[in-house]
Amino acid sequence: MKPGDKEKTVRAALFLSALSAALILLFIVFFLFKEALPFLSHGDLVGFLTGTVWKPTANVYGAGIFIAGSILTTAGALFIAVPLGVACAVFLSEVAPKKAVNILRPAIELLAGIPSIVYGLFALIVIVGLVQQDLGKLLTGDSLPTGKGILAAALILGVMILPIVISISQDAICAVPRSFREASYALGSTKWQTIQKVILPGAMPGIAAGVILGVGRAIGETMAVVLVLGNVGMIPSNILGIDSRGETLTSAIMLDMSYVPVGSMHYAALFTLGLTLFFMAFALSMASEYLLAKRRRQSKC
Amino acid sequence: MTLLWLSAGSILLILCSIVLYVVYRGSHDLGVEFVLGQPENIWLAGGMLPALIGTLYTVLIALLFATPLGIGAAVHLTQYTKEGRTTKLMRIGSDALNAIPSIVFGLFGLTLFLYYLRMKPSVFAAGLTLGFMILPTIIRTAEVAIKAVPWSEIEGSYALGATKLQTITGVILPTALPGIITGVILGLGRAAGETAPIIWLASFWPPITPLSPADPFNSLTTTLYFLTSEAQNEQYITRAFAVASLLLFMVLVLNYVARALNNRLSANIRR
Repeated sequence: MKPGDKEKTVRAALFLSALSAALILLFIVFFLFKEALPFLSHGDLVGFLTGTVWKPTANVYGAGIFIAGSILTTAGALFIAVPLGVACAVFLSEVAPKKAVNILRPAIELLAGIPSIVYGLFALIVIVGLVQQDLGKLLTGDSLPTGKGILAAALILGVMILPIVISISQDAICAVPRSFREASYALGSTKWQTIQKVILPGAMPGIAAGVILGVGRAIGETMAVVLVLGNVGMIPSNILGIDSRGETLTSAIMLDMSYVPVGSMHYAALFTLGLTLFFMAFALSMASEYLLAKRRRQSKC
Repeated sequence: MTLLWLSAGSILLILCSIVLYVVYRGSHDLGVEFVLGQPENIWLAGGMLPALIGTLYTVLIALLFATPLGIGAAVHLTQYTKEGRTTKLMRIGSDALNAIPSIVFGLFGLTLFLYYLRMKPSVFAAGLTLGFMILPTIIRTAEVAIKAVPWSEIEGSYALGATKLQTITGVILPTALPGIITGVILGLGRAAGETAPIIWLASFWPPITPLSPADPFNSLTTTLYFLTSEAQNEQYITRAFAVASLLLFMVLVLNYVARALNNRLSANIRR
């Protein structure tokens, strides 16, 4: 071996490992497509994406209910995670004394580390019970027929995506230049006015990126949703009760895949659901990266 | 202003109520026997040892796969290239892989290992599936850790006549090590807590203690899922909470270690 050869071999190995993530991604897309192909070449894609009847036994595959289910639960989760997350990010970077930061930071990291199945168990036993018994009695005077549904799913998903919304928003807030804040104070504004009129607008692209990442997480979440959404093939039309149940892309894949015959049309349709999920997650990730890259150019933090 | 304090307080409240409730409901079953004993009666009695071993074994395989690749990728991205079209592709690959829902990894692992490579559901298949999933986490944290190595140390090494490879192995990697380990621990925690990617690869019953990577296995998370979704009575739920407490405890310890290492890293940089 010549002296330069070792350096060359290492170089090649490092290049390959840097490419590995992209290669795995390519492999995943390839396999999803390959398995979905019998369905993709057969049926119409528009009917698949907009259809609202999913009946594999009758060869009817309308994924619209699952797409709607995913979007509705995610939207519900945002109602909780965005106000709470952004407020918490502002608190951490603008208001909190050091002691509070030192308690809150590890707490948020821990919240991010809790396995989704543990969230699911907690939601199934605690939140579903609260919705069915307590909220039911409060609103209708009687307990509800079921506590499962979009409210319970949105509540737990909202908590699950809080950490990512907080951490990205906090980076964005911290990237707002110091001079902006000082100019605002110099003009006589209060802290609250500065937050409202200077910091939040300045941090908006970064906050949006954090929210988009949160949306990606929520859409891709499986275990918690499958336990609390009720898994009924319909679009939730209410916030409470039996009409609030539904099914998402992830829970449909999870539940059907365990019994579907390999190679059947139903099997290919499930991979088409997986492909749909993949492209949604990919688009959301690229959108947030775009927003974050723009911010990185503007300032360093 | 009060609202901001309230929002921070509510996050602490949410965390505490989840952790305390889970541990409280699980405390009945928790103990040495629960962690180190053999299970009986579809996990409803006895201990969780086979599932614990299965989880640790798959995570080990995942780390053996993802750690060298992730560090290699980070070294390449920081030391061997200028930002260009190729690095952009590599970064998009890593970011997109990071964004893929875990259930899609499950579909991929299922088709690749079981249907194409015709393997049995095994520790190896599950470990690699989890390894694909945590690769981006390790790449990104290793990249950040390497970028934090002071220029003066790298230039000092070159000034002493070291080659690029010597500088990487002698200066850059040792200095970045705490940060790299933090990333590996983050990946470890994520791999240990995931359910969806391995749901079709883990077996539920009978209990199996896997010896070779080609053996089938049980895992804590999939067992927890079955106990929860098939729950017929209170006993299932009590058990499920005990397993959840064990998972929470693991996450807690890992988080603490990662945090301690990270603090040491930032102390190093200041010095």
